[in-house]
Formats: sequence, C-alpha cells, structure tokens
Amino acid sequence: MDILTHFNYWAAIALATIGLYALVARHNMIKKLIGLSLFQTAVFLLFITIGKVTGGTAPILDSAYSLYSNPLPHVLILTAIVVSVSTLAVGLALAIAIKRDYGTVEEDEIHEADNDPGPGSA
Amino acid sequence: MSGGALILLALAIPICGAVLLSIIGRFAHLRNEVSLVTSCGLLAAVAALVPSVMVGDRPSISLFEFAPGLKFAFEVEPLGMLFALLASFLWIVTTIYSIGYLAANGEPHRTRFHICFSLALASVIGIAFAGNMLTLFFFYEALTLCTYPLVAHSGTEEARRGARRYLAILLSTSIMLLLLAILWTWVAVGTLEFRAGGILMGAVSEPVMAVLLVLYVFGVGKAALMPFHGWLPAAMVAPSPVSALLHAVAVVKAGVFTIVKIGLYIFGLDAIRDFASGEWLLYVSGATILIASLLALRQDNLKHRLAYSTVSQLSYVVLGVAMANAHAVMGASMHIAMHGFAKITLFFCAGAIYTATRKTHVSQLDGIGRRMPFTMGAFTIGALALIGLPPFSGAWSKYYLVLGSLDDGAYALLSVLLISSLLNALYFLPLIVRAYFPTGGQPLPVVGGIAEAPKLQLVAISITALGSVALFAYPQFLFNLLRPLVGM
Amino acid sequence: MIAGHLPILQVALPLIAAPLCVLLRRPTLAWAFATLVSWALLAMSILLLIRVMADGVISYHLGGWAPPFGIEYRLDALNCFVLLVISAIAAVVTPYMRESVASEIAAPRHNLFYGLYLLALTGLLGIAATGDAFNIYVFMEISSLASYVLIGLGSSRRARAAAFQYLIMGTIGATFLLIGIGLLYMMTGTLNLADLSQRVAKVPDMRPIYAAFAFITVGILIKLALFPLHIWLPNAYTHAPSAVSAFLAASATKVGAYVLLRFVFTLFGAEFSFERMPLMEILMPLSLIAILVGSAVAIFQYDLKRLFAYSSIGQIGYLALGISFASTSGLTGAIVHIFNHAMMKGGIFLALGCMMYRTGSVELSALHGLGRRMPFTTAALIIGGLGLVGVPLTSGFVSKWYLVQAALEADLWPVAVLILLGSLVALVYVGRVIEAAYFRPPPPGAHAIREASLQMLIPTWILLAASLYFGVHTDITVGVAERGAEMLLGIAH
Repeated sequence: MDILTHFNYWAAIALATIGLYALVARHNMIKKLIGLSLFQTAVFLLFITIGKVTGGTAPILDSAYSLYSNPLPHVLILTAIVVSVSTLAVGLALAIAIKRDYGTVEEDEIHEADNDPGPGSA
Repeated sequence: MSGGALILLALAIPICGAVLLSIIGRFAHLRNEVSLVTSCGLLAAVAALVPSVMVGDRPSISLFEFAPGLKFAFEVEPLGMLFALLASFLWIVTTIYSIGYLAANGEPHRTRFHICFSLALASVIGIAFAGNMLTLFFFYEALTLCTYPLVAHSGTEEARRGARRYLAILLSTSIMLLLLAILWTWVAVGTLEFRAGGILMGAVSEPVMAVLLVLYVFGVGKAALMPFHGWLPAAMVAPSPVSALLHAVAVVKAGVFTIVKIGLYIFGLDAIRDFASGEWLLYVSGATILIASLLALRQDNLKHRLAYSTVSQLSYVVLGVAMANAHAVMGASMHIAMHGFAKITLFFCAGAIYTATRKTHVSQLDGIGRRMPFTMGAFTIGALALIGLPPFSGAWSKYYLVLGSLDDGAYALLSVLLISSLLNALYFLPLIVRAYFPTGGQPLPVVGGIAEAPKLQLVAISITALGSVALFAYPQFLFNLLRPLVGM
Repeated sequence: MIAGHLPILQVALPLIAAPLCVLLRRPTLAWAFATLVSWALLAMSILLLIRVMADGVISYHLGGWAPPFGIEYRLDALNCFVLLVISAIAAVVTPYMRESVASEIAAPRHNLFYGLYLLALTGLLGIAATGDAFNIYVFMEISSLASYVLIGLGSSRRARAAAFQYLIMGTIGATFLLIGIGLLYMMTGTLNLADLSQRVAKVPDMRPIYAAFAFITVGILIKLALFPLHIWLPNAYTHAPSAVSAFLAASATKVGAYVLLRFVFTLFGAEFSFERMPLMEILMPLSLIAILVGSAVAIFQYDLKRLFAYSSIGQIGYLALGISFASTSGLTGAIVHIFNHAMMKGGIFLALGCMMYRTGSVELSALHGLGRRMPFTTAALIIGGLGLVGVPLTSGFVSKWYLVQAALEADLWPVAVLILLGSLVALVYVGRVIEAAYFRPPPPGAHAIREASLQMLIPTWILLAASLYFGVHTDITVGVAERGAEMLLGIAH
C-alpha cells in the first residue's frame, strides 16, 4: 500500500468520490452537473497518468531518445474530454430549459411541482 | 382431394368466413347467409375426411417448423374426427338458433358475434386435428382468446367481470401448468408427437410422470376439473347461443378431448393404469362429479344449474380416462358426443324460455310446459339423455362407463356413477314435473304475444333433440369410428 | 468496391447525413432525407447479414490499419442481427415520423430533430458494428447524448426533467464503462475486443480485471435499465415525443443487451464471467425481480406510455435472464427476444402515437370505446399486448419458449415457474387495455375521432405483422440467434 508510488490512483479515486458524492447528495441540478464533471475528470486523470512510463520522455520522435511515454491514453482522453464537454453542454442547456419551465433548478421542488412520487420508487 | 388439403380447407373455411364477415358485416341478411354457408361448408369439408378415417387411414399434413424437431402438424385420428364432426354439425344448428335469438332479443354487435364464432370454430378444428401437443396448445389458447369477446358480449359490468374471470382462470391454468408440462415433456423426451401408447413410457421416471400428469390435467382448465371449474358458471353471462355451442360443446369438449388425447397419446393407457400415482385422478374426477351435481341442486338460475351439470358431466370423461381400460375410454369418448347433443338442447331451451318469457330462474318456470310445450318437450328429452335413461343418447356412454368400472372391479366408481345419475334426476325431474303440473297455478306473463319461442330457435332445438334420440338408436357409427382407439 | 466498405458505410452514412439534414431547413425535406437514409441503412444491414451467414465473420480495418493497433469493425451473426433490428426499426419509424413529429414539435426545429435522430442512429449502429472497446464507449455516448436531447424535445416540461435525469444516470453508466475499459487497457495494453479476450486470461494480477468486470457490468446495466438501475426509463419513455419513444424503446435497450453479451461472453468469456465472477447469482435474481415487479407496477398505471414503459422494464428482465443462463437455449432466447421485443414494443408505441395524434391523449380513459372508432390502431395495440404476454402465434411466445426451455435444462424449476408467472402478470395489464378499448362506452362528445392516417398506420402494422409472422416462421430469427449464441459460447460450428 505505498501511497506515494500510487498517488495518482489515490488522487483519481478521491476526486471521483467527491464528484459522486456531489451527484448523489446534492439536489441542485447545477451542482449535480459539477459533480458529474468532477467524476469524469477523475477518470481522465486516471487514464492519463497511467500513460507515463518511468524514465520515458514526451512522445515526440527524436533520435536522441529511445523510451517514450505512451501517447495512446492522451488520444483516448481527448476524445473522452470532448464527450464530457458535450454532455456538460447538453446538461446545462436542459437545466436552463428546466429553469425556464419550472422556475427552479432544485430537484425536490421540481418533483413537488410534478406531483411525482420521486425517483425513489420503483 | 387429398387428406392434407382437406385438413387445410377445414381450417381455412371458418377463417375466410370470419374475414368475409368483417368486410360485409353491416348488411344483416348477408351476414346471416355468410354464416350459414360457412358452417355448411365446414361440415362438408370435415365429413369428406370420414371415409378415409373409417378404413384406418390417418390423413396428415405438416406445415412449417416452429423449432428444430418441432413441426406445426395436423393428423386426423378417430377421436379428433368425432370432435370435429360434432362441432361442425352443431355449429350449423347454433347458427340457425343464434340468428333467431339475436334478432328476437335485439342484441348489439352481431357482426362481432359471428366473426368470433367463426374464429372459435377454426380453433376447435385446429384442436381436433392437431398432430402434436404444440399445435394443440396453439389452437387451445386461440380458442380462449376468440371466445373472450363472446363471453363479454353484452358489455355490462357483470359481463365484463364474468369474462375477466373466464380469461383469468383459463389462461392461468394453461400458461402456468399446461405450458410448463409441455415444455418439460419437450426437454425430457425430445418430442411432442401424439403416438399410440404414449411418448413418456421409458423416457421419464415415475415420479416425473406423476408430476406431469398433475400439471397436464389441471393445466387443461377447459375440462373444468375442480378446483379450476369456476370459469364455467362465470361464463354464463354470455348470450345463450354462446353458452350453448361454446360451453356445452366446443370449449368444454375441447378440454376433455385434450385430456383424452393426452391420456391416450402422451401417457398411454398402460402408463396411467400401471402406476399408482394416477389414482388421485380417479378421486378428483369422482369428487367433481358428485360435488358439482350437489352444487347444481342448489342453483336457482337455470343456466347456472346447467353449468354445474356440465362440470359434473365433463368429469365422466375424465373418469373414463382415469380408469384407463377399453370400455371406460370408449364410454368417455362416446360421452363427448352424447353429452354435447343433450346439453346443447338444454341450453337452447333455456335461451328460448328467456326469449319468450324473460324468465331465467327455475322457481319462475312453474307451468311453463303449457305455454311452451315444444320447448319443454325437448328439454325433457335432453334431461333424460343426461340422466342416462334409454331411449336417449346418454344411455350408451353411461353403459360403457359402468362396464369399465366393472372390468376393474371398482365398485366405488360404480356407485359414484349411479349416485350421480340419481342426482341428475333430482335436479332435472322436479323442474320438468313442475313445468307441466304447476303447484301454484299462476299464468306467466308473455312478451309480445308469443307463446312459443321464435321459429328459428325451435328448428334448432328440434334438430338437436332428434339427434339425442338418433344417437341412441344408431350408435354403430360412433362405435365403429372409435373402436380402433381402444383396440376393441 | 462499395460492398467491401459496407461495414463502415453503415455507420458513416448517418453520421455524415446528420449535419446535412440540419442544413435542410424545410421540415418535409429533412424528413424525406432522413427516410431515404434509413432505408439505405436497412438495405445495407440486410446485405451484411446475408454475407455473414454465408461467409462467416467479416473483419473490416478502419483506414487500412491492421488490428490490434487500428480500429476493427468485426461483424458476426450477433452483430449483424442487432444491426438489422436497429435499421429495420429506423426504416419503419422514420416514415411514421412526418405526421407524428409535425404534431408534437414546433416546425422550425424539425431539421434539428431529424439531424439528432440520425446521430442517435449513428451511435446505435456504431455500437453494434465495432470491435473496439473504446469505440463502443464513444458511440454509446454519441447515441446517448442525441437521445437525451430527443427526449427533451417532448411537449410537456416533464420531458426536460426526464431528459436531465437520464443524462445524469446515463453519463454515470458510461463513465463506469470507461473506467472498466481503462483498467483493462492498463493490464493488457490493447483495446481490440478480440485481442483483449486472449490477453485477459494471461494477466498476472487479476484484481484489476475483477474491478474492470464490475465497473463494466454496472455501467452496461444502467444503460440496459435492469432493475434496480431502471429508474430513468419510465420518465424518459413517457414524456418523450411518441416517435422517439417508439424508436428508443425498440432500439436503445436492445443495444445495451448486445453490449452486455459482447463484454461478458466475447471479451471475458463465459467461464470467467460465470464461474470466477458471480454473474449468474447477481443477474438472475435481478432479472426475475425486474420481470415480476416491472409487470406488476405496470398494472397500476393510467398513462398508457408509462404502462408500457414499465412493461419494457419487465421485458428487459427476460433479456437479462436469458443472458444469465449462459446456455445455448438461454442465449438463443435472449437474442431472439431482442428482435421480437423490438418489433412488439416498437409497434405498440407507434400505435400509442397514432392514438396521441388523433385523440391528443394517451390516458387509459381516452382508450374507452376506441375499438370502434380507431379499429386498426386498437387492434395493433392489442396484438402487441398479446405478444408481450407470450400468447402462441406471436413472437413473444417464441422467446418465452426458449427461456423456459433453458430454465428446465438447467434444472431451475422455480425460475421456469416465475417466467410463466411473469406472463400472467403481463396478462393483467394487457387485459385492462383490452377491456378499456372494446368493452367500455366512449366518453361523451368523442365521436369526431377518425382512424389514424395511412402514413402512421402502415409502419405500425408492418412491425406488428412482423411480430406475428416471426411468431410462426421462426427459422430466420431463431437460426441467426442460435448461430450467434453458439459463437458467443465458443461452441465450434
């Protein structure tokens, strides 16, 4: 359990937990979206940090170096970041529309307004 | 025309009739004509198959494959031939009757009525001619679905409730018990074909066979074996023609027909006889016979009394199968036809009485024999046939069942048969006697000045009553048809 | 030349067509364009299926880069079957959309709607076609994002709330999937599904693989909406526009089931998933609960779309149950149910759309007496309902047949009984619908309603006629399903 050599995993997990906590425990839609963003960023960090190869340099071909860090996670995460940004954009757009329709972005108030039984029921 | 083509024709005729009716249904007289022509055509197609079956042929045809090794197939054998003939002949009679009944009572939705009737008959033919258990199951379920709109016909809250109960009991038993049994047989044996001597012997162990018997017998809810008989009285909310054909002939007969077929061709008579776990079936059917008759005694509503009488009479057939010897099975099979004619007469009469006088309860029928002598005469014939007295049809089937019980030395069963005949007499004869010789002596109100039921209904009633008598006088046809079944 | 590139065309065509569609400002033009694209896709998927059934697996290398470094589109019987289902549903629903969407969404937005719809289609087809794990994640997010917006376009404000709820849950699910893929990549260094399946077995330390399995499974189950992760589904299906509900109900969760099959059987392998990981112990009870609870809750609904949404939750239980058996019959039942349920549920929601179009409501009370005034629509609804119950002659019966057979083969008695019990529970809500439609008098002042237009009826009936046809002629569907099942289980052909 050496925390120092695995600190990237610990950091990612900590960030992910904070994000998930915000998602679950907060009723404000914007805060939920922030939590979602945090969660996704944590995953990105997890991915990117594993690309580092000990003693490897930046993945740019050069005759002086023979060991490179892995560029593939960077590429994957670029795609994932795009996805995450789009999700955030759609989420915020929906939040704006909800604010316009309901006058609030608090989920419990929205459920009351809808007279819904709420997401707790089957 | 080859046997296979005839089978398909027999299936196609009622279906085409239903399609045709849905198109031209708005025109009343056309509708009646199409129904009559369809029913006559069906009888012709079915009758054309009789000669080959009588000499021992088994016309068959198989259509596509449902699953590898499982075909959608038809095969005509004597019992199925009997059932198909019975149903198609009585359909003609019922069509005549229902035209009269629906007109006289001003019932709505007549096109829907005839369409569902046609489809129900198509399902019956499918059941009669099924060559394996899967095909039979398909048409069995189709029959339940086609008859549901007929039971719920009048659309009143009471009708809806009765129809709900009908559908619930029949579909629950067929899905939970029958389908389970079929799939289990398929997985254990690898085939669902109907074969003489059964397919289970040697393929499954005895405890498994015992459980399968329970699942199959109770899964066939249409045989109204207690405790799954509740749908029959509930279905009495339907108009009388529906009760007459479907619940005295087609639906219930499909049920006991299926049980006889399962007994003969899935289990095999030897299997039922030889392993002791089949004994409970004797007790259950015997109990149903007696309890249902006792319940019939207590019913004041005429159709309900007839319904419980049907429950009791159906168990005669199941009892015959449970006894599993040649005479008993012969008696059971003959009873399918004999009870059919008798019961349909009774239901027709009940409907005629309702049409003419709007009376539905036994207590209201005092003295009606004077106003409607024809109807009551036919009623008497039907009742005597059910009691089992010569010279009416029920006598032969009772006779063979009694012989069957004597063959086995089962005196308990013999007494059940005799006591039930006595009970039949008890719930029919006083009704008849009071109809002719009332004790109170008050005249009944008359609707629209008619003393007797409308003519069409009377025509139908007389045909079936005569049929009851004819079956007694000329039983050889039935006998010769059914002999190869039991090896007599 | 084109034939060789069919696998990528299947995905590239709707992708390129989507922004083009947005450029077509006139609603009718956008609709016509989308319809043509969907028909072309159907033709492609049929061609692909025929080729795969004849030649075996098709492997297409994107950009000519060889796997495992390049992205590979690997098509076998299962893939092509799912492609066929999705494109068939799209081909039938898109013509229907013209009138349905016109009545539910404001005109200036139609080009956006059809563009989004084509994007959703891209995503779903891409998930089915690809053989690369990360590709699955990307396409899943493409289709999900498009679906969130499509759902949010519904007419009531609850549609937005439902879309938001779906967004949150869906993104959590996709992110879990991403974590799982990342863990797998870390341990094996590859993202290609076929390559992963071989390397996963040889990994020295299995703990990240266990973790990856857990994350991936949970992520997929959220998309699949298996109990208890189904919460987003009822709201989403109820409040979306009618055509969107039909499209999503028939395709989105089916693709989820496909992804589960791919990961569990092709990547991890049946032996790992079921013997070293307790997948059966988890999946089977959950699916049984889904079947019973989903159908039971449906009984008490008055909004017909909500009723059939809960019915979908029950039917997804059947899919998951088939998967949990891990036997040929079980998988055949699950795969064939993908097809059958898509036809039935698609048809049912299309019929509900017809009802909404003419009567303006999908409440049970609006159904009273509709049997006489809209006979074809109601008949379609009833046939679909009977298929859900599993009445013989409908395709629902075929799926149930294989599922119960699988249960009996595995000696799992209680499961067989529960499957049949699920049919009975379904019968209760279908019975309510039948009764309301045919045996209750219409509400006063309701006589002005006519039958839905042909443009809406024909697609509805195509789907339901298919569900009847394939309930009897099962060779094609069961044949392909069985081939797919055997391939998944690694049984040599």
